[in-house]
Amino acid sequence: MPEAPPAIELRGVTKRFETRDGGGHTATRDMSFTVRQGEFVSVVGPTGCGKSTSLSLISGLAAAGDGAVLVQGSPVTGIPDRLGYMFQQDAVLPWRTVLDNVAAGPRYQGASKQAARDQAKDWVARVGLAGFERYYPHQLSGGMRKRVALAQTLINEPSILLMDEPFGALDVQTREHMQDLLLDLWSGTSAAVVFVTHDLTEAIALADTVVVMTAAPATVKDVVPVELERPRRVEEIRLEEAFLEVYRRVWDSLREEVEITRSRGAGRVA
Amino acid sequence: MSPDVTTLDAPSGTRASQPVRPRRRLLRAPKITATRLLLVVLWLGSWELSASTFLDPFYYSKPTAIGVRIVDWFTNGTAFGSIWEQMAVTLEEAVVGFVIGSVTGVVLGVLLGRGRFLAEVCAPFIKAANAIPRIVLASLFVIWFGLGMSSKIATAVVLVFFAVFFNAFQGAREVDKTIIDNARILGAGPRQILLTIVLPSATSWILASLHVAFGFALIGAIVGEYTGADKGLGLLINHAQGTFDSAGIYAGMIIITVMALLAEWLLTLLERRLLAWRPPSSALEAQI
Repeated sequence: MPEAPPAIELRGVTKRFETRDGGGHTATRDMSFTVRQGEFVSVVGPTGCGKSTSLSLISGLAAAGDGAVLVQGSPVTGIPDRLGYMFQQDAVLPWRTVLDNVAAGPRYQGASKQAARDQAKDWVARVGLAGFERYYPHQLSGGMRKRVALAQTLINEPSILLMDEPFGALDVQTREHMQDLLLDLWSGTSAAVVFVTHDLTEAIALADTVVVMTAAPATVKDVVPVELERPRRVEEIRLEEAFLEVYRRVWDSLREEVEITRSRGAGRVA
Repeated sequence: MSPDVTTLDAPSGTRASQPVRPRRRLLRAPKITATRLLLVVLWLGSWELSASTFLDPFYYSKPTAIGVRIVDWFTNGTAFGSIWEQMAVTLEEAVVGFVIGSVTGVVLGVLLGRGRFLAEVCAPFIKAANAIPRIVLASLFVIWFGLGMSSKIATAVVLVFFAVFFNAFQGAREVDKTIIDNARILGAGPRQILLTIVLPSATSWILASLHVAFGFALIGAIVGEYTGADKGLGLLINHAQGTFDSAGIYAGMIIITVMALLAEWLLTLLERRLLAWRPPSSALEAQI
């Protein structure tokens, strides 16, 4: 029996962008990694190394230059089916209430208004926003808007979930809350997750595997398995010895790259 | 901006800053109204006084004469029939011109705002068309469409169209790319993106232009009537000019101003309704 293809596979992917002065900027170079169905992969790397680029390639929002990007075994040409993507910036619709924001996915896919709203009401409650259905995004805090975005993404029941530093702008307590919420909601599904972050604690606490990127242009430097028991509580797990061991291993790998990026930055300033 | 005006952050309520602000405004409101009234009384009083002493009321008229003229129009009618009929004709021309002009402006503005190719093809033509002194077209429209309503509507349309078009174009361009990407990921097709993302996003731009646009529609209708018509407030003013009746010109002006203010008020109501989702901004509060 042939083995099922991995949920996501990047094979030798190189992506160049044209810069404004007419030159080129290579975001990723010969990048390869795979994500199994049901696996939670965190991607860490120095600032501006091209982590987010890999997400836009998987999502089909940007086309790869060289190499192959495969989702469920077939090359990405448009946005793959059942793919969810949580952006770094706020992407909720400011002119829609919480309920209608969450109902957007089913509505776009042809559900009736009533059915979409019923489904959305359930998801609004699952992310802990029951009672806020009729609020507009500007009336919510940053953390609550992230909850809306999470419900909006998960209501489509994605089998691939891409997350681009989704909790980066939140304060530490809110962030840990959101991490636990994400783990809770994800644990019931078999979704493959790619979670880009520059926060090592977050990366390790959430993931089954941590992928370490090099300084730009990004390529995979190291793949570190995280063998910690699930279910996990983010606030507690980071104090465990096993966690610290993984942390040291990842940081050793990442430190060099961070230093390279820093010295480049210093060079540019000088 | 006063320090108590904050954007809301907590789940506690919809408008945390609300209880403080109205009270302060209540205290300020009578003072403002009183000062305004005083200014109007001073202005009209000094005009009346000067026109009764050293200014020639034949040229400059005076407030009482204008008041008498307005009352006369409303009780005895004008040289061309009932004043209500003249007002209805002008209003109809302005409203029809406004609707046609703003709908075409929004549709073309959004289409060109989203379509790069179309926009680049059309850019020089639109710039050239915008540079034409469009008021002159009123004369052409009288030749084309005759003395009836359609020539006035056409003048209103060309004036309204450009005001709305440029705002709709800009609004459609400024849509947040992340929001569009997010909608595409959630499964929206191009048509859904246009209807559920681009249009609502451009709404605040479009509504802002509609305020100016209705003023333009009235100007278009009146200039059209001025150029040649058998009915309407523009005709009334033109007739007053022909008979050296300065009070008549002022009276016509006042009636048009009141109509424009009423329309402005209706548009503001519409704007509030459509933009209920926007955070209360301090800029709106001090709007003129």
